[in-house]
Amino acid sequence: MTVSVDDLTKRFGPRDGAAAVEGASFSAREGEITTLLGPSGSGKSTLLRLIAGLEEPDSGKVLIAGKDVTRVSPGKRNVGFVFQSYALFRHLSVFENVAFGMRVRRRPEPEVRARVEELLKLVQLSGTSARFPSQLSGGQRQRIALARALATDPAVLLLDEPFGALDARVRVELRQWLLEFQKKTKVTTVLVTHDQEEAFELSEHVVLLSEGKVVQTGTPHDLYDRPKTPFVASFLGGANVLRGSVRFGMAEVGSMSVEAPAGTAEGASVHAFVRPHDIRLVKAEPEEDSVSVARVERLTRIGAQVKVSLELADGEPMTVQMSKVEVDSIGIEAGDRVLVDLREAKVFVEDYSI
Amino acid sequence: MSGVAGTFGRAAERRHRVREGGLLRGALIAGALSFLGIFLIAPLVTVFASAFSKGFGTYLTALSDPETLSAIELTLLAAGIAVPLNLVFGVAAAWLFAKYEFPGKNILLTLVDLPFSVSPVIAGLVFVLLFGAQGWLGPWLSDHDIRIIFAVPGIVLATIFVTFPMVAREVLAVMQSQGNDEEEAALTLGASGWQILFRVTLKKVRWGLLYGVILCNARAMGEFGAVSVVSGHIRGETNTMPLHVEILYNEYHFVAAFAVASLLALLALVTLLIKKVAEWAARSRADALDRAPALEATLSEPVGSTPS
Repeated sequence: MTVSVDDLTKRFGPRDGAAAVEGASFSAREGEITTLLGPSGSGKSTLLRLIAGLEEPDSGKVLIAGKDVTRVSPGKRNVGFVFQSYALFRHLSVFENVAFGMRVRRRPEPEVRARVEELLKLVQLSGTSARFPSQLSGGQRQRIALARALATDPAVLLLDEPFGALDARVRVELRQWLLEFQKKTKVTTVLVTHDQEEAFELSEHVVLLSEGKVVQTGTPHDLYDRPKTPFVASFLGGANVLRGSVRFGMAEVGSMSVEAPAGTAEGASVHAFVRPHDIRLVKAEPEEDSVSVARVERLTRIGAQVKVSLELADGEPMTVQMSKVEVDSIGIEAGDRVLVDLREAKVFVEDYSI
Repeated sequence: MSGVAGTFGRAAERRHRVREGGLLRGALIAGALSFLGIFLIAPLVTVFASAFSKGFGTYLTALSDPETLSAIELTLLAAGIAVPLNLVFGVAAAWLFAKYEFPGKNILLTLVDLPFSVSPVIAGLVFVLLFGAQGWLGPWLSDHDIRIIFAVPGIVLATIFVTFPMVAREVLAVMQSQGNDEEEAALTLGASGWQILFRVTLKKVRWGLLYGVILCNARAMGEFGAVSVVSGHIRGETNTMPLHVEILYNEYHFVAAFAVASLLALLALVTLLIKKVAEWAARSRADALDRAPALEATLSEPVGSTPS
């Protein structure tokens, strides 16, 4: 494994204060992009800075290329770091920015020149070597930062929210560009983002963090379809949350019942997460008088998608996402009564320790 | 009818308000200008007018007096020692405060500002109490035949003390506003501490540093109070330019006093000019950063163009 961290803990401030990173362990995959995903304050950036050596852990280990580098200075860890703010040297030209890592290592001039030109070609900014960072656009600056980080052939590339400061259109373009770039260079990459879409698009290996802890690791598919905790379920896709308790082996949530996890104690409090597009609706017959009947409050059409807002029998709201074709084939309208089918609900037994 | 009258009334009222605004603005501008004239421009003109009142020849004679030359020399010496020392100290202190967190940081930061808040005369007295014949270190110093008070070292020490925060404060402000990202980037790229200092940090703060040095130099050359206490006013030996101006004036050598004063005034003007140039240079860099997005369209994707 190229990069791994083992039981890493970092606290800022007093020793008994909340930990920014607590007992985090994960391994990046060789030659692939691993994303650290989490909401702001989840410790993902701190974890990346711990790998780079920009922060010192209170306990735990950082391993790069099989060696324990926990007490090694950042410059000797053989990592390339790209900051959200680009952090280009504003007083140096693009050429000298990219050359910096080789200059401080006192590499011979012809080697520096050849390497910088090669890298500028790689990031498709060959014509900019004499310019200053202030003369480049945000996306171009980020690519120069990438070239600079790669100049010393790092074992791993660490990207801290690399597209965070860019506008939406450029962000999507650069994401695609980075994906192709990484396929071409095969450099092991760890990328931090708070954007689920970005994480899922860029990598097959996602490490999800919450409150300084690694909560789940896996492919986007694993995380999305088999969330291990309520946090994972709610963070990935704005799910409907229904609370209730277990009776006769079934979780009774709201006014409906779904299958409870095997072995759940009778009477245990549970909550169920249902994604808006995992709900089926069937038009209810006028005489139908089931607890599963809900009333359609509103239909919001967004292109080919329709957001259906429901009011359940117990008065709780629920959001359903359907395709326009589906809605039209069922033929529902505001004010209609519908039957709600919750087969895809994820049920979690409530954790009273939280 | 009443509607029409109302409209006219409002229009007249508005005109009246505008006129009143104009009047107020005129009064404020006139007030500010006359204040500037009386307190800044008139004294400056007086200095030069008095210095040249007996002609250019007399002016030069006054300046070439050996005691005057000695005062100029001592002032240059004191500034020449104090400014480089404060430059090194200021960068070191700013670096410490900008990059590190440690207990007592705020107290230390307040202490750095002490020379600004303490009257220079008190500062001078502190040195007399420390190094003077009756002071704490006085006996030891006289045993080893070292003279500090009423000698050049005292003047240099007092000058260093009063100019202590000038570089540190300026550089710290710039360092804090620019953050730590570039230094961290340099660190991950393998630069050593000294390489980061010389290749990144000093380049980043150079305008702030220049500004601090200019202010420090102006204060070092113009300092009166603290230096006056420790100098002993020995003519030709421990007289700096500001002290010499006072002596000449008290002895009714007005032309000579104003001639020396004109040199100090000239220094102030040159300082202001350099400061303006430094500010302009710093601002045009900031403007270049602001203009960057405008270049985006013309610079995007220059794939295949020849590397320069």
